Amino acid sequence: MSVPNQENPNSFSSRIVVLPEANIDTDQIIPARFLTTTTKAGLGKVAFNDWRYNADGSNKDFILNTIDANEHRVLVAGNNLGCGSSREHAPWALMDYGFKAVISTEIADIFKSNSLKNGLLPVVVDQMTYDKLLANPQQRVTIDLETCALTLEDGTVFTFQVEEFARQCLLEGVDAMGWLQKRLPLIEAYEQSHGKAA
Amino acid sequence: MAKSLFEKVWDAHVVEPEGATSPAVLYIDLHLVHEVTSPQAFSELEARGLKVRRPDRTFATLDHSIPTLRPDADGNRPYITAQAEIQVHTLEQNAAKNGVRLFGYDAENRGVVHVIGPEMGLTQPGYTVVCGDSHTSTHGAFGCIAFGIGTSEVGHVLATQCLAQRKPKTMRITVDGKLQPGVTGKDVALTVIATLGFSGGTGYALEYAGPVIEALDMEGRMTVCNLSIEAGARCGMIAPDAKTVEWLRGRQYVPQGAAYDAAAAEWLKLASDEGAIFDKEIRIDGSAIEPMATWGTSPDQGAPIVKGVPVAANEDQARALKYMGLHGGDSRDVAKVDVVFIGSCTNGRMADLRAAAEIFKGRKVAEGVRALVVPGSEWVRLEAEKEGLDKIFTEAGAEWRLPGCSMCIAMNGDFVLPGQLAVSTSNRNFEGRQGPGSRTVLASPATAAASAIAGHVADPRQFMALENA
Repeated sequence: MSVPNQENPNSFSSRIVVLPEANIDTDQIIPARFLTTTTKAGLGKVAFNDWRYNADGSNKDFILNTIDANEHRVLVAGNNLGCGSSREHAPWALMDYGFKAVISTEIADIFKSNSLKNGLLPVVVDQMTYDKLLANPQQRVTIDLETCALTLEDGTVFTFQVEEFARQCLLEGVDAMGWLQKRLPLIEAYEQSHGKAA
Repeated sequence: MAKSLFEKVWDAHVVEPEGATSPAVLYIDLHLVHEVTSPQAFSELEARGLKVRRPDRTFATLDHSIPTLRPDADGNRPYITAQAEIQVHTLEQNAAKNGVRLFGYDAENRGVVHVIGPEMGLTQPGYTVVCGDSHTSTHGAFGCIAFGIGTSEVGHVLATQCLAQRKPKTMRITVDGKLQPGVTGKDVALTVIATLGFSGGTGYALEYAGPVIEALDMEGRMTVCNLSIEAGARCGMIAPDAKTVEWLRGRQYVPQGAAYDAAAAEWLKLASDEGAIFDKEIRIDGSAIEPMATWGTSPDQGAPIVKGVPVAANEDQARALKYMGLHGGDSRDVAKVDVVFIGSCTNGRMADLRAAAEIFKGRKVAEGVRALVVPGSEWVRLEAEKEGLDKIFTEAGAEWRLPGCSMCIAMNGDFVLPGQLAVSTSNRNFEGRQGPGSRTVLASPATAAASAIAGHVADPRQFMALENA
């Protein structure tokens, strides 16, 4: 199980699942033919669809078909995770599957931004930490958003970076749209002074 | 202080500067919307009791989910699924409710979002442009900061006309020299991506400069900027020049008459100042660029066609070659091509179709090859038909369709069958991008047309009457 820390609601522990391929693009995370949806719901069942299922719907030999999603809340992937299309359906699908965090040595810009807006934590690690994760792909890790600490099973602690505003949004529940709406007077003044009023 | 093109446009759009704990509030001049990445954003607005704040700066089109086949006699369109049709109707309803102009089926300007923006002059130099689509970087060809956003951010812009953004680093890519005959903007872009690597541009705003970029026509510049995301960069820009000004003159949404010349004078001041500092600079010898084709499953896995399929240098490359069914060391004429797709926001414009038509003219698509030509917009379709390009395509044995994203993203019913090899003028050769099990080679319109004729990946120069050949 993913274990929330009773004393620190911003920390959780979970086993990892490793997809070591580099450049896992958002078309792999959710193929385009599933993007005709008009909601965010239920996309977990098509997360990595073409890696999970054969054309006839039967299971492929693939790790996400063999694990209990409730036990594995952290996806560790090869370099440049989430490249390609800007589809926010990618983090929606991963979260609906059960993931709470993704770890890679590099995470693509738009995917990272989309993930943060939905509470899927993108954690960029150095090569040494990545190698340690791969060396023990069954391990349980702890991720603490307050201290930005990723703790591996062997006790190694890696401090990761999260853009501060995004971190505050996640920690304090600041709503980014609301934050922008509070600036509407400033926005109106900008429009007036720059000849951009309606 | 000397400023870069990016810094000039960025600075002009800062509503609130960034601080240690807060991002900049960046004003968005133009918000383009399509059916796939907008429904959940409109739902979010509705849940909050909000309307689109600036419908006059918001424009919508139908491109991703729509069929490119004609409607039947009763006007029914052959949607791939009922869900695709619902998605289209959802955008129609959301646009109507919010007073947003939708270029729908009845509009003469409907088309692929990154084709119609510039075509109508909605895209103007110095603008910030966003869309829930990673190829929004296309509009950077006009000196815009233009980038793709997720659906949450689509909601932010609909509600406030602003985004919370951190300023990216800047990189200038200077392409020196002069392109050889038969080499196009697409070949430049694929060379840039192969040079930078698939994530080499991550975190950067790119500026393309140098004599090769200056010599490209606007369509070629759009192709180059369009593919910035394939090196990981969210945006790519080119300084507006006389070519930009002439290309936009008279278009529907630009100022007209004397007001246009006044606007143009301002646009020409946007170019990076002498001495502007970039976080990174790279130079590429444009004279050495040759017609390119990808051989792997990411856009940086490309090479000059004449060099053949490279031998894998690492495990990732070996895996990509295996998926593609290609063998390192083979010449490119070994693998048989099943499908050729010409179109998309990358290469679905008039200049692209003319380049393809030049190759197709008087020739036939090789037996066993399915060739699909999909114009980027209604305007492109009508213009191409006026020039008789549609006849050239159909006489060669290619299909001529209605505008849309079509086989680039393969969500509308146009797709490549499992295991088939496609040469495509689009932007992504990811596994399964053009349909489950599809294998994609990215190339220019000329190369795609040449490959359709030859039945294998072919250097288009063999079909061209080149001055220096």
